[in-house]
Amino acid sequence: MRHQAGIGFDGRAFVPAADMARGCARMPGRTTRRTFVRAASRIGAVLFAAGLSGCARSILDPVGPVGADDAQILIDATLIMLVIVVPTILLAFWMAWRYRASNTKAEYLPYWSYSGRIEAVVWSIPILTIMFIGGVIWIGSYRLDPFRPLPSNTPPLEVQVVSLDWKWLFIYPQEGIATVNQLVVPAGRPIHFSITSASVFNAFFIPRMGSMIYAMPGMVSQLNLQADRPDTLFGVSSHFSGDGFSDMQFQVRSVAPAEFATWAQSAHSGGPMLDKAAYTALAQQSQHVAPSTFGGVEPQLFHAIAMQTVAPGPGPEPANPSHAGRELAPGGRP
Amino acid sequence: MFGKLSWSAIPFDQPIPLITSIVLIGTILGVLGLVTWKGWWPYLWKEWFTSVDHKRIGIMYVLLGSLMLVRGFADAIMMRTQQAVAVNAAGYLPAEHYNQIFSAHGTIMIFFAAMPLVIGFMNFVTPLQLGVRDVAFPTLNNVSFWLTASGALLVNISLFVGEFARTGWLPYPPLSEATYSPGVGVDYYLWAVQISGIGTLMTGINFVTTVLKMRCPGMTYLRMPMFCWTVLASSLIIVAVFPILTATLAMLSLDRVFGFHYFTNTAGGNPMMFMNLIWAWGHPEVYILVLPAFGIFSEVFSTFSGKPLFGYRSMVAATLFICVVSMMTWLHHFFTMGSGPAVNTAFGISTSIIAVGTGVKIYNWIFTMYGGRVRFSVPMLWSLGFIFTFVIGGMTGVLLAVPPADFLVHNSMFLVAHFHNVIVGGVVFALFAGLDYWFPKAFGFRLHEGWGKAAFWFALIGFWVTFTPLYILGMQGMTRRLQHVNIEEWKPMLDLSVVGVAILVVGVVCQVIMLVVSILQREKLRDVTGDPWDGRSLEWATPSPPPFFNFAVMPNVEGEEAYWGIKLRAIETQQMSPMPKYEPIEMPVNSPVGFYTAFFASVTGFALIWQIWWLAGLGLVGAFIGFVVFAWRDVHEFHVPVEEVESADRARRASREALMARLAEQGALP
Repeated sequence: MRHQAGIGFDGRAFVPAADMARGCARMPGRTTRRTFVRAASRIGAVLFAAGLSGCARSILDPVGPVGADDAQILIDATLIMLVIVVPTILLAFWMAWRYRASNTKAEYLPYWSYSGRIEAVVWSIPILTIMFIGGVIWIGSYRLDPFRPLPSNTPPLEVQVVSLDWKWLFIYPQEGIATVNQLVVPAGRPIHFSITSASVFNAFFIPRMGSMIYAMPGMVSQLNLQADRPDTLFGVSSHFSGDGFSDMQFQVRSVAPAEFATWAQSAHSGGPMLDKAAYTALAQQSQHVAPSTFGGVEPQLFHAIAMQTVAPGPGPEPANPSHAGRELAPGGRP
Repeated sequence: MFGKLSWSAIPFDQPIPLITSIVLIGTILGVLGLVTWKGWWPYLWKEWFTSVDHKRIGIMYVLLGSLMLVRGFADAIMMRTQQAVAVNAAGYLPAEHYNQIFSAHGTIMIFFAAMPLVIGFMNFVTPLQLGVRDVAFPTLNNVSFWLTASGALLVNISLFVGEFARTGWLPYPPLSEATYSPGVGVDYYLWAVQISGIGTLMTGINFVTTVLKMRCPGMTYLRMPMFCWTVLASSLIIVAVFPILTATLAMLSLDRVFGFHYFTNTAGGNPMMFMNLIWAWGHPEVYILVLPAFGIFSEVFSTFSGKPLFGYRSMVAATLFICVVSMMTWLHHFFTMGSGPAVNTAFGISTSIIAVGTGVKIYNWIFTMYGGRVRFSVPMLWSLGFIFTFVIGGMTGVLLAVPPADFLVHNSMFLVAHFHNVIVGGVVFALFAGLDYWFPKAFGFRLHEGWGKAAFWFALIGFWVTFTPLYILGMQGMTRRLQHVNIEEWKPMLDLSVVGVAILVVGVVCQVIMLVVSILQREKLRDVTGDPWDGRSLEWATPSPPPFFNFAVMPNVEGEEAYWGIKLRAIETQQMSPMPKYEPIEMPVNSPVGFYTAFFASVTGFALIWQIWWLAGLGLVGAFIGFVVFAWRDVHEFHVPVEEVESADRARRASREALMARLAEQGALP
């Protein structure tokens, strides 16, 4: 927790003004390409961020390359459309006002209802805009495909993510450790997430690191992210998954590589083992689960969950006969 | 004997639903008592419940939709206030209740508020604009209405008996499977939507047939008012996609009740299949709602600018373009599934291409005002508010169609703000515009202008104060459907959104006052001409309210804007069309089959929800008997005598002559 600005996972917010300003200035992108579009979109980005979200903690204040590129595309696409949208709205209001019934100076053309030239223009404007946006969509979809590995000199850190009812399990296969509801990653190194769900749909999302992707039972999705600098962030499930959904939030700490190694080492030497029995207990429904660490993980556990060779998470306890038809949340069982 | 049903299904331990239910039941009993005491039952039964008159059915649809709109709005108030008070706190709604509320809000607003309102306008307006006396299948129309009402009834019963779905308005498996949702909530959803969905499908069939086969002489396709085109496009989509909904929900029901494995977690079930299928219906559904809304705006812009619609043929093309492309975009609801860049690119582009059709429409409405004499009456205010709101909603929609941008704001409050931006700004604004526009036609008097304008301004400002904060929260990473919030920073925006809701409440109150004041002052607001807005299409050729047979003599259309042509000719020549030879009119007889079928459909639905199999069987048999009796009926139609037709039309002609003389004197027309 060396970098204090921004995140207090427990809800305490302390965002020094200077940090906010720095965040805003930092936000638009990493490299400097001196093109007009870039400059314009940068100005737009600052206005956007300042005006809309106050920057701090926003997806417009990303800490890694994926988030930065996603945000850049969001802003670029917004600006492209604003070029059309703002004049259109102004034109609509001007037209209504200019031709108000009480304005006797405006001409009245009661039969005028066709003009080939105007038709050509009104079809062209949206078509050209959408062709432009279509290019952004095409290029962006390929460049920011979540499955695509990030370019880097260091090999990625492997993290296996399992969404459970209602908490997140993170398995570090290379380090042989696992955590619940907390994610520690080394800054500056790409992370390759393999994501599945042990029960229902969820989506794995760390807003300031970039792209989200579904956690789906019986399937493994992949996501490549990177944090460029040490920071403390929050991650969420961004797909509704039931009664404990609101607390499926987890802390993400991006730390210096050396610190990460120390943390992994200390986790490995302490904490219980995550074997099938421990996993089965963990897979029961529970809400608002405090972060914890496992010192060891049964090999191939993630594979077994994804292939459903271990049973999927059970649902709620069998309906209590005293509440016909109304299921009750198990609530807070650890 | 009673399946899963027992006394404990009633939420005696939960004060909020219990008190709400008691108040509701009390109100309903009060209304029923009043009706009984006043002896209104025979009138209601003969003139309304069994009516096959498209206008009456339309009005009943609008009434149903309005009631459900208020119910859905009450849910919205609870959601916004819950999130605002539940920042690092539990709030006042526990998760199992809150989750029902947002699920009910979405379900009710789409299926039981927006759909009935849109279909209500389709019903009331389309045959009048086409110059015909009814829809193609009048009795089926009545059945459709009552099936929709039956679905709405089931949703509202869930408040008091059992629970509603806690899965969101589209019950994604595996969460909605019996393993993870063992209660009856999802079953309530399934059967309510299933029954009303059948009603909607029949409406779609009815209106495709009506528009294709039932136009008055001379009403060629390219002379139809724009609203009829949008009704045709919308009905075509209904016919194409509602079977998908029915099949998908049937498969989920089989999973839940009989242990099938279409969408389950295990045994080869595929939950993603449900998402694909439900959105193959769900995205076109948006256009089913918004196309008739575009039709309403087209009528309003043209009428209140005193000009024909600009680029009519281009508008028709854009409408049909949207109709087709709407069925090719569904995957944008789950770009985050990870289906790969090629698939995401294809659906991203197909989605944004829809904006071309919409963009063309926006410009055509703007150019309709060019060279016009724009009157800022209430419908026109809603229409201008729509352009502003909808254009921004469309922009955020295209943003969501860009996959990398969607990866940041998918499922967030940004998304919530976006679709309210288009559905409230597009559909709801259109419905309010349409209400003000066609109310005098339906009831013979206008709505109070001042209160209407107040309602508009509060709704517009309230909308933006409510949803701008949600856009910002989405940018801050707040996901939707949170029962409580763990991040203090989001509190100010959540609070601001509640302020917006409060402004919206004032808007709703203004609407209610508008209705009450208008009814009280109806003599002052009376429309004696039948043409209060200087209209251009055939509905304004009828008196307000129109006789049940609409037209004494079938109109003969000789160009676009049928009534405008007739009116111009009459003013120029200072003469009405020559006295026609009146003939008796054949009209369909009223039928209780709709009410009867829907009663048994409700019974069957309720029985299937609680797995009371004998009752379900009884309900099905009852409904079937209804069909048989209806099929064997002897009398289909009755004759309206010539004298009645003639006397109705003489009155109309007299008021028209007065109108023509006045208009000519004013010189309002060129």
